[in-house]
Amino acid sequence: MPALPLDSAGKYVAAAYLVFLGVILIYVAIMAARLGRVEREITELDKLLEIRDEANATARKSTVDGPNSE
Amino acid sequence: MTDKTQVHGRGLRRLAFAATITLIGAFAMVFFWTPNEADQGFIQKIFYLHVPLAIVTLCGFVAGGIFGFMQLRTGKRVWDLRSYVAIHLSLMLAVAVLITGAIWAKASWGHWWVWDEPVLVSFLVVFLLYACYQPLRFAIEDPERQARYAAVFAVVAGAFVPINFAAVRLAQAYTHPRTLGTTTGGMPGSMMLTFLISMLGMTLLFMTLWKFELTSKSARMRLSSIRRRIARETTTEQAA
Repeated sequence: MPALPLDSAGKYVAAAYLVFLGVILIYVAIMAARLGRVEREITELDKLLEIRDEANATARKSTVDGPNSE
Repeated sequence: MTDKTQVHGRGLRRLAFAATITLIGAFAMVFFWTPNEADQGFIQKIFYLHVPLAIVTLCGFVAGGIFGFMQLRTGKRVWDLRSYVAIHLSLMLAVAVLITGAIWAKASWGHWWVWDEPVLVSFLVVFLLYACYQPLRFAIEDPERQARYAAVFAVVAGAFVPINFAAVRLAQAYTHPRTLGTTTGGMPGSMMLTFLISMLGMTLLFMTLWKFELTSKSARMRLSSIRRRIARETTTEQAA
């Protein structure tokens, strides 16, 4: 086939480069969403650990003071 | 976050920066510096995107096979993860290769797909072969068996991929647009340089995305293991 003129070839070239860009952007967006989930889970775990530490500290305090300390 | 995550994530930012700069440079060269090819004209600009992407994709599949082989040899789960991520990423890039190839075929040959073109069909066969990888992998629940079976698949399929490269050389029917080394003396210097820079950019992009996904996956695995440990310790404490 003879070479396409610039005005008709341009849309094909643009489409090919846009497809590439689109695929990469979709992939990065999916990965970013997954990383966001990991971040949320880390925050959740942080809170969980804080609650657990507080509960442990309270339990230790009541053991040291004894049941009739007040 | 952890040692392993840090190992996978090391140098990621620099790699991403290098990939972005190289690709922007390559595409700028494609449109503002490299001359139009005599036969195909402006449409040949797709070549600088499609061919490096296809080569990097096929190399990614082969790398997945090599990592699979390492998993079988050492039994270490980290090789399984590397193999899985390389194949997963290559599969995603293969979709882009098929679509850009179809666009180029439509513009050059007037058809979206040509069934008697060995390059296209062999690439499709490779793509369909690897499309079976994930269903096979996740059909197995036991992690040890899953890693072993996936590695065997990766090694066998990875060995099959070079046939695709051989098909390019053997292709006679439609004369698929040749890339490297033709009988007329190959590409002019400017085209070859642009192609090589584009090739470098695609390789850096693949490495960046591979490292990115690997870091994300190992962070998630580590997180699940910490969550399990906390749950176990909490249960032990409550029992005590």
